[in-house]
Amino acid sequence: MGICDESGALMSGEEPILAMAVQRDRGNGLGGGFAGYGIYPEFPDHFCFHMMYHDLKAKEEAEAILDQHFLIEVAEPMPTRPVKGITDAPLLWRYFMTPHAHLLEEREVTAEDYVVSVVMLVNARVDGAFVASSGKNMGAFKGVGYPEEIGHYFRLEEYAGHTWVGHNRFPTNTPGWWGGAHPFTLLDWSIVHNGEISSYGINSRYLEQFGYTCSLGTDTEVAAYLFDLLLRRHKLPLELACKALAPALWTEIDRMDPEQAALMSSLRAVYGPGMLNGPFAIVLGFNGGMVALNDRIKLRPLVAARSGSKLMVASEESAIRTIMPEPDDVWMPKAGEPVIARVKGMDLPFHSQLHASPAEISCAVTAVETACEIEEVAV
Amino acid sequence: MQQTFVQPEFRVKIDYDKCHKCGRCVQQCGWGVYDFNERPIPHDEKCRACHRCVTYCPAHCITIEKNTLAFRDNDNWSTDARKAVWKQAETGGVLLTSMGNPRPYERIFDKLVLDACQVTNPSIDPLREPMELRTYLGRKSDSVAVEPNGTGGFKLAGSTGLERNVKLDTPIIFAPMSYGSVSLNVHRSLAMAAERCGILMNTGEGGLHEDLYPYQDNVIVQVASGRFGVSPEYLQRGAAIEIKIGQGAKPGIGGHLPGEKIDREVSSTRMIPQGSDAISPAPHHDIYSIEDLRQLIYALKEASGYKTVGVKIAAVHNVAAIASGIVRAGADYIYLDGFKGGTGAAPQVIRDHIGIPIEIALAAVDQRLRDEGIRNQTSIIAAGSIRSSADAAKAIALGADVVAIGTATLLALGCHLCQSCHTGKCSWGITTQKPELTRRIDPEWGAERLTNLIHAWSHELQEILGALGVNAVESLRGSRERLRSVGLDEQTCRILGVKPAGL
Repeated sequence: MGICDESGALMSGEEPILAMAVQRDRGNGLGGGFAGYGIYPEFPDHFCFHMMYHDLKAKEEAEAILDQHFLIEVAEPMPTRPVKGITDAPLLWRYFMTPHAHLLEEREVTAEDYVVSVVMLVNARVDGAFVASSGKNMGAFKGVGYPEEIGHYFRLEEYAGHTWVGHNRFPTNTPGWWGGAHPFTLLDWSIVHNGEISSYGINSRYLEQFGYTCSLGTDTEVAAYLFDLLLRRHKLPLELACKALAPALWTEIDRMDPEQAALMSSLRAVYGPGMLNGPFAIVLGFNGGMVALNDRIKLRPLVAARSGSKLMVASEESAIRTIMPEPDDVWMPKAGEPVIARVKGMDLPFHSQLHASPAEISCAVTAVETACEIEEVAV
Repeated sequence: MQQTFVQPEFRVKIDYDKCHKCGRCVQQCGWGVYDFNERPIPHDEKCRACHRCVTYCPAHCITIEKNTLAFRDNDNWSTDARKAVWKQAETGGVLLTSMGNPRPYERIFDKLVLDACQVTNPSIDPLREPMELRTYLGRKSDSVAVEPNGTGGFKLAGSTGLERNVKLDTPIIFAPMSYGSVSLNVHRSLAMAAERCGILMNTGEGGLHEDLYPYQDNVIVQVASGRFGVSPEYLQRGAAIEIKIGQGAKPGIGGHLPGEKIDREVSSTRMIPQGSDAISPAPHHDIYSIEDLRQLIYALKEASGYKTVGVKIAAVHNVAAIASGIVRAGADYIYLDGFKGGTGAAPQVIRDHIGIPIEIALAAVDQRLRDEGIRNQTSIIAAGSIRSSADAAKAIALGADVVAIGTATLLALGCHLCQSCHTGKCSWGITTQKPELTRRIDPEWGAERLTNLIHAWSHELQEILGALGVNAVESLRGSRERLRSVGLDEQTCRILGVKPAGL
């Protein structure tokens, strides 16, 4: 489920809870979660880490890493309330932080790459610690339970955001655990996902080439990293990133005009290992909107609706009717056709920055043409 | 003459009650097994068990049996080992043979099994849904740069290299087999089938006969150490150019085409004198280091207007490091040939004991290129005993973009793996230049059989993809998660990047 008010008006966290509650029987109580955008207006430029710790030892170790890399402005327990059905919660903390400027300079990386590397480090190195979210002015609230229970547990009604995504989980491949619930996030990206990526094996190997470590073994993780790679690092427009992940069939490409055919064939050939194959309906949330995408032969349900400035997507129309009883328009998005919501006046995050990816840097000696491109980047 | 110790391998049995005494067997046999004196009289010692006579006997009265002559049991000295010593004691020569390594090395493909979808991710029905096999052979960029196209959309900003790739309708191509080692009719069959299937045939190191010029867009032209048949025009004609460094069946040694197989046509295609042995050197005499290879790659690119240039190497111990160097030297694809690959002629000791399995080499190379972040810059062709679509699917899952098949194509044309290609007497008309034998292959018939084979395997690949729940071959390529080992040791599993079944 995803809902975005393109006017930028804020919605209480109660709305996504209601939209998820009506789809209760799509899950089994082993995972529910939400992500909200625009929820921390008092800290718009701080990276906010939502952390999960199994014990105090994990907290100490993870905090040591965070402290080493960031100037920590605020460190506090997540506000929660006791809710029937939510048990065995880990220690939940949040941190508002800025990267140490001297370390950024030393490593010659962008703040985002820096944050990604710390997230990977904490998740991979610290046993019992998990980064639930790591973006600016956003946060993920998730755990083991039905989504409406999780929403109440995190006191979501006390937050207000312009964009919300929500998820109800029926775990199959990985056991139901707090970190494994959706949304899965990285930086500002959050992903909720209905389905299963049958191409997980090659997607994760592809991402490893670019320095991503797929440590959770879930397909949602690869979707998040792929969006990060395509949008933030390769600077693809949102529409084309979606086309790389759910590309047109060759028979369709062959019928396009030469300019579009060249573009689409290149996307397929270059990003083939990243293509998400198998049944999925995913919603990607970001600071400034969201995009919903179905797999290329529409093996999972996805309904979209618009009511005024609000765009909403969900697995079931019932969820939409709960929030917007009489929408202006309701439709079934076509296979592989992205549904995009953009908050007025907000850019796609990270799009103005320029830097080369590790793979681009490592290929300097391979071909004349490639070498020339690298020189331009170096300048 | 000294009596040979080596007894015939086979017994030719004729049921004379059924025999028509027509002499068809005498005419069909390329090995001269039969004399005819009112009825066919077989000479067992000449029989290669190629079954040409059996297939064409109108009375179905011929059977070929193993010569069951008893030897005293000895697990250390196999019968073959004893025979080899006798043969060499008699001749003083290197034992020559052909086709692929027949020894009982572990067959890793047979210990790998594929995954399938159940419930949570559905399988896809290839009879009702699109199931895409199209593959592009060649170097691609690491990312795609775009710019606004002026009408609200986007267009490419700069090249991604795709325009120089070779488009394949299915990820199976024909392996290099030279005109000379095989007959022109075999080449015609391969070229016609390649065109019909939207794939490629490969000249091997024997040049491109002018009869194949109409099919040039479906031909890889090879440049090997002998430079046979190489000219500027030859390079211009290929869809891609391949530098052959080594061959899986005989890593580290050159090629040898005996003078008997070099008739007028072969001579003019290869640009060498008629009747002279065509011996290609073991190394390229202008390649003694990786930078020399780089220079040849770019010389060929310059000469051909920047066509796709690939490099074929045999699978050897440090193949991963070599492959990395080859990619960085500018090769657009790497052709990896495993040690079970076939050959038209090779010393038996080389064929049977040198090189490593394609499964291992492929896995090591694919991982190495990924570790270095240069996997997108090349395509990998895997070959060396791809026996079925299952082998092809497993090779693709291990990391191959494309598989190449040689032995399987010859089997389709009648080959019975008698391992005697080097004699030039192939009764099936495949590995011979004798006109009375080569005319046994009608190119139209051959092309149809090869097209059938490629279509059959492609359909099977689609079935496999459907079972795996993906509808494009790029989602299987390198997806080792979809493979499991049954009975491979831990170390091999680690190298292959494959988990044991149950995990």
